[in-house]
Amino acid sequence: MSDRPDATGTTVADRGRAAVEAALQGRSRSAAAISLIREAALLPVLVILLIVGAFLNSAFLTVSNISGIGQQISALGVVVVGESLILLIGGMDLSLEGTYGLAPMVAAWLIVPVSAFGSGTKLNPFLGILIVLAVGAAVGLVNGLLIVRGRLNGFIVTLGMTIVLAGLQEGIVKGNTLFNLPSAFTYLGAAYIGKVPVSLIVTAIIFVATGLFLRYHRVGRAIYAVGGNREAARAAGIKVDRVRLGVYVAGSMLAAVGGLMEAGRVSAVTGQQGYQEGIIFAVFAAAVIGGVSLQGGRGNMVGAASGVILLGLVQNILDLANAPNYWIEAIDGAVILVALVLARLIGGEATAE
Amino acid sequence: MTETATPAAPAAAPAAEAAGIYKQFGSTLALRGVDLTLWPGRCLGLVGRNGAGKSTLVSILSGIYPADSGAVRFDGQPAPAHGDTGVWRRRIATVFQHSMVVPELTVAENVFLGRQPLRAGRVDWRGMRAQAAQVMAEWGFAIDVRLPCADLTVEQRQIVEIARALAAGTRCLLLDEPTATLERGAIERLFARVRQLAASGVAVLYISHHLEEVFEICQDVAVLRDGELVLTSPVPQLTKDDLVTAMIGAGPGTEVGASTQYDTGTRTETGKSTGNGAGPARAAPCLVVDDVSAELPGGRVSSVSLDVRPGERVGLTGLLSAGVSSLARIAAGAEPYTAGQVLVDGQRLVPGRRDLALRLGVGYIPEDRQRDGFVAPLGVAENATMTITDWLASMLGFIRPRARAAAAAPFARGLSIISAGLGQPVAELSGGNQQKVTVARALARKPRLIVAITPTRGVDVASKALLLAELAAVTERTGAGLLLATDELDDLVICDRVIVLLRGERFTEFAEPPFDREALIAAGEGILRPAKGDTS
Repeated sequence: MSDRPDATGTTVADRGRAAVEAALQGRSRSAAAISLIREAALLPVLVILLIVGAFLNSAFLTVSNISGIGQQISALGVVVVGESLILLIGGMDLSLEGTYGLAPMVAAWLIVPVSAFGSGTKLNPFLGILIVLAVGAAVGLVNGLLIVRGRLNGFIVTLGMTIVLAGLQEGIVKGNTLFNLPSAFTYLGAAYIGKVPVSLIVTAIIFVATGLFLRYHRVGRAIYAVGGNREAARAAGIKVDRVRLGVYVAGSMLAAVGGLMEAGRVSAVTGQQGYQEGIIFAVFAAAVIGGVSLQGGRGNMVGAASGVILLGLVQNILDLANAPNYWIEAIDGAVILVALVLARLIGGEATAE
Repeated sequence: MTETATPAAPAAAPAAEAAGIYKQFGSTLALRGVDLTLWPGRCLGLVGRNGAGKSTLVSILSGIYPADSGAVRFDGQPAPAHGDTGVWRRRIATVFQHSMVVPELTVAENVFLGRQPLRAGRVDWRGMRAQAAQVMAEWGFAIDVRLPCADLTVEQRQIVEIARALAAGTRCLLLDEPTATLERGAIERLFARVRQLAASGVAVLYISHHLEEVFEICQDVAVLRDGELVLTSPVPQLTKDDLVTAMIGAGPGTEVGASTQYDTGTRTETGKSTGNGAGPARAAPCLVVDDVSAELPGGRVSSVSLDVRPGERVGLTGLLSAGVSSLARIAAGAEPYTAGQVLVDGQRLVPGRRDLALRLGVGYIPEDRQRDGFVAPLGVAENATMTITDWLASMLGFIRPRARAAAAAPFARGLSIISAGLGQPVAELSGGNQQKVTVARALARKPRLIVAITPTRGVDVASKALLLAELAAVTERTGAGLLLATDELDDLVICDRVIVLLRGERFTEFAEPPFDREALIAAGEGILRPAKGDTS
């Protein structure tokens, strides 16, 4: 800044200068350390779970079991990325569950022959994958337009959308299950490279890419700004509506990819994929346990990933421990609540609010 | 304070009385030993500038806050305990500036809100309607009590609130800036009603920013200044000048900024060279507001025109409700307008498109920094550079944190932003430093025009001086225009000229510094008082 010998502001600046310079040079290592601890808040819990699992069953810490867990949580993980993006802008989307089921269902219906309850169009499976993405984008666009442009409440819009999508999904195949999926279509969910499932690799790439995007890309930063304070973001000239709309579309497309993985893993699409297993509850649980704030503006992919892994480990441990079938959901739910409390204790005020 | 306002016929005890009221908020002493007496059948005007303590006094009289010390009495009896709202309501009723009726309920329900007459444990609807109608008839208010309040005009809602007070048996009424949202005709009718109420023995406390209203309907007037009651007098013994002087405190002829020392050093040169000089080299204005009208929640703007030239600093002031911040928000692209047009560097500003305004070169320092000024969980550097992410990003849109810090550092230095590092969340900074971050965000994009609304509000004295000096320096250095909308007159010291708005319209302009404090305040109240300063 230029010299302003006349302005008393300069003398004030002199007094503050030491502090300002210290701040500029010092790069506050302690603050960085704290944020690292916050991000890795769930790490100790994951370690404890690994130890518990290893003690409970010798099959737990084997390559095949771990890669099995990886395959199981991949689909959930991709949907969690989508929901986290939407939570970060201060929204919420219940209908990711419906998209997760409907998108692969529509594509599969166009691909498989009539004998497997398909439409008989016999679409090329590679085009089918594009259809999956297109259905996701379309659902996200409708949600986004209703919420952002129509200024409707996101909870109610996506609740209604969930029901519509589930109805479409059931109606298209009239309750039947689509099978005989071509291998190009199931590759993402079913294939392995060595002992590593492809879905796990893709999910890991999606997590890392989204994490880097959120941290370093200007649109990623705009997502944090919009979620942290929408009015301030608007005042700073950010195209708030466009960012929100884009995130709803991206979130739905990720849910569609998750659905594609699940369809490949079980190599079939039922009329109830998604809401049968109530996947949206696991999605919210993983995101919130991982420190993504329901208020918007706070959270990151490291946290979201640890939330997903935690849920996967708990599920696997319960399976291996032969937890009684009738009680498994109660135990599952209780573990989620405990994990939330732990995440809050470790991550501090801002976590799990 | 000596009681000079003894009523002609002191019927009995005063209707309401505040004695030696002290009230402190944090480190601010809002009221320091205020005595105020309301007599039955008289209307007492309460005036004072923003922050003088009027609202605090109203809140204490209506039982919203307890006083730290001192006593409130009604009809000579001690006031009910704090929190005993029902009893307070029967003693004193307040009609606030913003309507407190429930729009979904009918007039009758609103009149008896919270104390519906019961019969056999159930609401006696018929009785309630009859009683409400009776109150309306008694006072000559013509409103159908079965209508939902949502269908009423602003004026009618106010009548409902008054009727609610009267139905509760209140003989003591506080009207807090009741005319702020009313049209001319409605104001006249309100005055007739207030006179009628006073004539029937109701004690009225009338709070207003418009001094002419006080002269029109009040018998007595009390002036608050810095939490003290500095004058109480029957109205006929005073002139408007006396009132203005009492509100301001200093003798006549004070200039803005005289008490605080800041000087941009180069004012005179700029004022002549780029600003108001009548030379042929007058640059084209960077902001043209042409006959703009808008109806906004923060105040109406009607047919206002003004322009700001490069390097020129134009002040915009007036009362809070006069449309000052509305007009500034419109110029910043933060609010839409319905008529007229706004040009920035000759290009039309699309109404309400802040993102486009930013790209046209409008830097914006919003009024409410908590709401609009920064994203609390994000860091200092990120907030300060939020307007220039497109400049910082690579071809693919990625931003290196180091480039961001480098871009923010000059502003952190120049504005002395004190933080534990440029990554520290702005939420953790002090108010003054938060405001500096907001200013940095506005300046980062090298604006052609800076729109600043109350940029020094709630900021400590040192930061205030620094912010004003920096705004002045930036306009000197870069030739940016500045539109400074404020109700803090000391801010106007950096301006080349000052435009005063009244009820959303352009009222007058002070063409040349120094600006006379009293004349500015009087103009804000709607009184033209050419002091020795040059006014037009």
